[in-house]
Amino acid sequence: MDVTATTVIGILIYLAAAPVVGGLLTGADRIVSARMQGRYGPPLLQPFYDVLKLWQKENIVVNRQQKVYILGFFVFVIITGCIMFGGGDLLLAVFALTLASVFLIVAAYSTFSPYAHIGAEREMIQMVSYEPMVILTVVGMYMATGSFSAADIARHDGMLFLHLPFIFLGFLFILTIKFRKSPFDISMSHHAHQEIVRGLTTEFSGRDLALIEIAHWYENVFLLGLIYLFFAPVPVVAVAVTLAAYFLEVFIDNNNARLKWQHALGSSWAVTLVLGVSNVVLLAFR
Amino acid sequence: MSFLPKSPWLVHYDASSCNGCDIEVLACLTPVYDVERFGVLNIGNPKHADIFVVTGSVNEQNKAVIKNIYDQMAEPKVVVAIGACATSGGVFRECYNVSGGVDTVIPVDVYVPGCAARPEAIIDGVVLGLGVLEAKYGEKGKVAS
Ligand code: SF4
Repeated sequence: MDVTATTVIGILIYLAAAPVVGGLLTGADRIVSARMQGRYGPPLLQPFYDVLKLWQKENIVVNRQQKVYILGFFVFVIITGCIMFGGGDLLLAVFALTLASVFLIVAAYSTFSPYAHIGAEREMIQMVSYEPMVILTVVGMYMATGSFSAADIARHDGMLFLHLPFIFLGFLFILTIKFRKSPFDISMSHHAHQEIVRGLTTEFSGRDLALIEIAHWYENVFLLGLIYLFFAPVPVVAVAVTLAAYFLEVFIDNNNARLKWQHALGSSWAVTLVLGVSNVVLLAFR
Repeated sequence: MSFLPKSPWLVHYDASSCNGCDIEVLACLTPVYDVERFGVLNIGNPKHADIFVVTGSVNEQNKAVIKNIYDQMAEPKVVVAIGACATSGGVFRECYNVSGGVDTVIPVDVYVPGCAARPEAIIDGVVLGLGVLEAKYGEKGKVAS
């Protein structure tokens, strides 16, 4: 009874607070980025203005199926977060997020646009790049705590980071890909100029684009939640590290040009092999 | 109430401009003017854009391109013509291949004069465009389209 109550509360808080937190973090990201470039930057609430504006714009639909796929992306990103913040199975959450990404890729493919196609192909390469490390992260958490359940992992006494220092570093590395930051923003970038128009989202406008943006906020909060789990026993440290990780990603974003996909794939697999696998092997022989 | 004036995204097209006006448009994004303060982004994709910024005069080669970009933009949308060339054809007006300003192809809402137009004038023109955008949003649904 107690468990179900916390589950429901966790999910409700996630549903209500994640878009607010995600949007504010994006706004802070844009201000910090601007300051790093010697500019003043937009207001903190700018991401919300953008989404509200997109909601009021005409929605140009290229292929009627695209709405279903985008809704699928939106719903499964939210389900991913609900699984984790409800204390559910982390492995399931990770695969739900994969499914969401596949929905977005199919949506891009359904528009028959060469730009969206290139974006979708690059998104798949990105998934191949980060997916092994994400799975190793969850596996490492299981090996350290004996459970895949987010609730058990959060309640585990002893800081997870002490068992999984290399996995934590590896996860930070692929977080750059997940946040769509340079040097790994190869499928879709939040910055103005890139050579494939707007990559994955080229053909989406109006409410479809707004939904993708909101889903992205939910996704960011989920990913930061995973960072939190590494330091869960000391909430103050956990929140501080989570924010520091986000700031680090912004910093990396502003200090790097975009890499070719070969480099993105090669470097993330090398990091996964060296940091991820070595940590898992260490845990196995503990 | 509309949120359009709070987050105007631009798509910038260089119709046979001498690049003078283009450099001034891009200067608006630099730290000196930093139009992102007002939520302005140079989005580079007509389907995401609210404001179509055109520099340079229209010739036979890019007529179709301008028309195409305009048609791909989602309503409500606004066109801002920047510089003497985009407003009237400018020094290229008499050329055999130039048909004149941007308004010979698509409806223009704001004309920004100058050769080259100064960044202050360009920002002023875009801000004027925001008012038009708001008005167009108010008319949405009232006019059969
Ligand atoms: S108005 Fe002057 S500066 Fe601008 S494109 Fe024409 S000639 Fe060049």
